[in-house]
Amino acid sequence: MSTGTTKLDVVVSDVVPVNELVTRFHFRRRDGELLPTFSGGAHVVVEMRDGDRTRLNPYSLMGSPLDTREYTISVRRDDVGRGGSLFMHRQVKPGLEMVISYPVNLFSLDLRAKKHLMLAGGIGITPFMAQTSQLAGAGGNFELHYTCRTASLGTYADVLQQRYGNRVRLYHDDREERIDLDRLLSSQPLGTHLYVCGPAGMINWVRDRAAALGWPPETVHFEHFAAPQPGAPFDVELAVSGKTIRVGEQQSLLEAIEAAGVDPPYLCRGGVCGQCETNVISSDGKFIHNDHWLSEEDHRSGCKIMPCVSRFEGKSLVLER
Amino acid sequence: MAAKTIISRPIYGTLSPQPGKHHLFIADAEGALAIIDMAGKAPPGFFDGTEIVFIPGPEGKHIAALEALKPAQLHIAPSFASLLPRLKQTLTNAHMGLRLYLSGTEGLIGQAMQVALEAGMDHTSMQTEHRGSLARRMQCVHCKGITENVTTQPALCAHCGLLLLVRDHYSRRLAAFQGVCINAEDRSEVPPMEEAFP
Repeated sequence: MSTGTTKLDVVVSDVVPVNELVTRFHFRRRDGELLPTFSGGAHVVVEMRDGDRTRLNPYSLMGSPLDTREYTISVRRDDVGRGGSLFMHRQVKPGLEMVISYPVNLFSLDLRAKKHLMLAGGIGITPFMAQTSQLAGAGGNFELHYTCRTASLGTYADVLQQRYGNRVRLYHDDREERIDLDRLLSSQPLGTHLYVCGPAGMINWVRDRAAALGWPPETVHFEHFAAPQPGAPFDVELAVSGKTIRVGEQQSLLEAIEAAGVDPPYLCRGGVCGQCETNVISSDGKFIHNDHWLSEEDHRSGCKIMPCVSRFEGKSLVLER
Repeated sequence: MAAKTIISRPIYGTLSPQPGKHHLFIADAEGALAIIDMAGKAPPGFFDGTEIVFIPGPEGKHIAALEALKPAQLHIAPSFASLLPRLKQTLTNAHMGLRLYLSGTEGLIGQAMQVALEAGMDHTSMQTEHRGSLARRMQCVHCKGITENVTTQPALCAHCGLLLLVRDHYSRRLAAFQGVCINAEDRSEVPPMEEAFP
């Protein structure tokens, strides 16, 4: 059993299309009991059994942490991804029995903050749905700035504006509305914490500007689950278990290791949590690092890899697994 | 130098210039030297966005050297208590991006940090450097009174008069080390008093 991956047997209680790209899924426990408590920003890993293939994808819980009768996630359809979101959209119907992990929070609120400043991009809105519910229930001070491509793709923008009025500010790309980021970051009262979730480019931009404007790193929180990228197949030798495996084009290295019957620890499967960090014993080739966990120095060293999202191109790779 | 004994015992670093446009330095006595040493590493224009609040020692040294750094503001205060309202006002009106640098005695660093914590800053976001006396600010755990500038071990509580063991156990919330009665069983036992925090 992998670290922190205690499982929950659930049934899909509802499937609700939200807009042309996003669908919401509701889960309840099969035994009718309450689900475990979670805090805003937590995610679950959803097991998708698709024929002989199993995908494990992380999704943020977006319901109110005050209501644990059900968990809700919103999945954006990705037509060119590895198929997890297409499976959710096409195969998952009410009544389907599924298995999900216990919730894990790698993007929690720092409740010592005097104010919470939240920046969302696209489907990155989901953890903020839970966080704003949590804060609103406790009278917390927050402000949410949400960038979406168009009004019709502004998932839950209407709900959020209805709930929180002018504490929510929307920016539409098609209307050329842009966050005046430097001004926003420079005008926050002392004791504000910053949270950002969205595309990698947005996260990097916000983190860079915040650092340059003097925000201490411990006040800047971010989450970006990297989806494992497809790529050329490659062979890997697992030195500890004495196996040689092939990583398929649509498979992640972690999935290939698991398919060979080796059970490395994991938590987020998105390059964030650090659980599956693996030592490289030897290599001849090029690493394709896609994680947010290892430092740049680690990436350059060629001594470590995060098998959930990173790949390899070259002659040989030997891992300590 | 302060040595790590138990986890709450604060350890101080060396001031280094942080990114950002606004910098607030609070220093007492020889703490000025930490600012002056750091100035050599600061990027051009750093002191244009800097306020220094300084409590000179009894000899009144280092004021001219701080003036020479040409900070946007230099405020000389006679004591920490006298600068407190000004500090609170500054922090209440401050925005994210203000960086705090504390240098000098432990009492000064601790009390300035206590005000900044209340204003919402994280203690790990502040730069600190210990200079000068090792004298401690001590809270008597029995009567809760604070005694300033404790240099001896054990020390007398200035409020209730108990003889206290000055522990390394430190409270950031109170900005004080904890003092616990050293002869509670038998008050006639009086261990020798030594100069432990010169």
